[in-house]
Amino acid sequence: MIVFLIRRTFQSVVVLLIMSLLVFVGVYTIGNPVDILISPEATQQEHEAAVKALGLDRPMWEQYRVFLTNALHGNLGDSFVFNEPALKLILQRMPATLELAFGAMFIAVIFGIPLGMVAGIKHHSWIGRAIMSGSILGFSLPTFWVGLMLIMLFAVIFGWLPASGRGETVLLFGIPVSFLTVDGLSHLILPAINLGLFKLSLTIRLTRAGTQENMQLDYVKFARAKGLSNTRVIGVHVLKNILIPVVTVLGLELGNVIAFAVVTETVFAWPGMGKLIIDSIDVLDRPVIVAYLLITVTMFIIINFTVDVLYSILDPRVRLGDVKS
Amino acid sequence: MTTQTKMQQTGIKKKKPAEVEAPLRRFLSDFFESRVAIFGLSIFLTIVFVAIFAPMISPQDPYDLAQLDILDGRLPPGSENTTYGYTYWLGTDDQGRDMLSGIFYGLRTSLTVGAMSALIALIVGGCIGLFAAYFGGRVDTVIMRIVDIQLSFPSILIALVLMAILGQGTDKIILALVAAQWAYYARTIRGTAMIERQKEYIEAAICLAMSHKRIVFRHLLPNCMPPLIVVATVQVAHAIALEATLSFLGIGLPVTQPSLGLLISNGFEYMLSGKFWISFFPGIALLITIVSINLVGDQLRDVLNPRLRR
Repeated sequence: MIVFLIRRTFQSVVVLLIMSLLVFVGVYTIGNPVDILISPEATQQEHEAAVKALGLDRPMWEQYRVFLTNALHGNLGDSFVFNEPALKLILQRMPATLELAFGAMFIAVIFGIPLGMVAGIKHHSWIGRAIMSGSILGFSLPTFWVGLMLIMLFAVIFGWLPASGRGETVLLFGIPVSFLTVDGLSHLILPAINLGLFKLSLTIRLTRAGTQENMQLDYVKFARAKGLSNTRVIGVHVLKNILIPVVTVLGLELGNVIAFAVVTETVFAWPGMGKLIIDSIDVLDRPVIVAYLLITVTMFIIINFTVDVLYSILDPRVRLGDVKS
Repeated sequence: MTTQTKMQQTGIKKKKPAEVEAPLRRFLSDFFESRVAIFGLSIFLTIVFVAIFAPMISPQDPYDLAQLDILDGRLPPGSENTTYGYTYWLGTDDQGRDMLSGIFYGLRTSLTVGAMSALIALIVGGCIGLFAAYFGGRVDTVIMRIVDIQLSFPSILIALVLMAILGQGTDKIILALVAAQWAYYARTIRGTAMIERQKEYIEAAICLAMSHKRIVFRHLLPNCMPPLIVVATVQVAHAIALEATLSFLGIGLPVTQPSLGLLISNGFEYMLSGKFWISFFPGIALLITIVSINLVGDQLRDVLNPRLRR
């Protein structure tokens, strides 16, 4: 276990370094942000002053060295557009994205597990097949288009729910959240459904496969022979056993949800990190792009790491030292 | 006596086809057993047909500005063209473009990008995976570590980073999709090749002192194809969806090369005023394309899975 932790930490640092180098070189070789940020009427002197102020006149390796030293001090550079630290900008928007991601996961789990169990138990009846067809559709529907259709249906035609923004927020431990106010919750529902649809289909499939497999096993027969009610066999014994793979996969998918939030946030004008990155790519706001990518990569590494450790705790059969071989 | 020989004959006759049947024929007959798969395949072939012959079957050339009439902009489905009198079955967009023609041309771009990127990713990822499995040892460890790390990041993030760096363009989006997807192929083929490698025919080939190139491409590769084909089908659907998503976000294809994603994105701003058709129909086209490919892929997986082989 300790060997695993050390090896994984070392590997994470290497991955982060390589990513930072790739992203830095990649992002800093594209275009010239000065052309976008300075009005074309600026004089030669003003132009040069701006280049100097942004540190763009120095050689690339030196820019990278400065960037890396600053990054280790928690300074990822100032946004060219907002003139604020890029890290601060992203951290300010992170709660909105996380709230959306957790909302989506919540929907996936709350609806996915029961539907998947029904589909697994009644896999020959029409209801099982209907659920499975629905999940195939959920896999095939492009997220952004579903978002548009949700807006059209619930915001434009029925007028039940708002189409964009985050609504009213309240502070929870100093972090603004919107799910605690009625207005905020009504803003959250559509984006969360939109983002959660894909994961919902995934949960249904995983739960169904797990249920089908577990229903054949001896412990189910034994529980039945003991005279336990069907509800208890399925709701307690089977459920416990299918939760391990479902929890693991969903944990790993959390990162995926955060990445896909880019799409949902753009559609619903949700003020999170994803919307920020798309806007930043449009105006070539390099520090924000680099900071976003590094933060996301770090988040991914942490999530994967946590899931691996949790998995070994949940399922004692898994030994982390063996993972490599 | 005669009945006995007859029975023997029929017995032989019944058995014979199963033994002699060519792999391809068995594959085809297995594949067409599922009605859903036939349905998916026929829909997909129709879409390919439409995409190839788009210039001939479209009512108008949506990118020839001379044929567009700005006064026909944002007409609902079923309206008539004011100059030529043909019907806009699916309505028009803000510039008076016929949505049906736009979708036909959009399918063309989407399918090309999806197929090209899947093909290149298949070749790149396949070669890397084969290489790793055949040589094994340290090469294999390093390559598979890179694959694992890449697969821990969602493909949309990788594509997003690359498009942010490279900028818009067809070649660039294909490059980004290949970079986002090669690892899936590499992992699949490596898994199969590791098993195939242990078999006697590879040993025999090595004993015959054949060149590495010959062993890998003539002996190992053909036996690793089935799972690779399954992954490729699924990945084509993924590539099409990913390209549409990136184009929708405004970092995929340039406006001059409209794909379905761009058409949907065009209609986004008119959605709130109830003009749904500009986004709705291209989305349906995209959905049908992806579903039909997935249906074919599902059946391919069942047919080509050696564990389910009858």
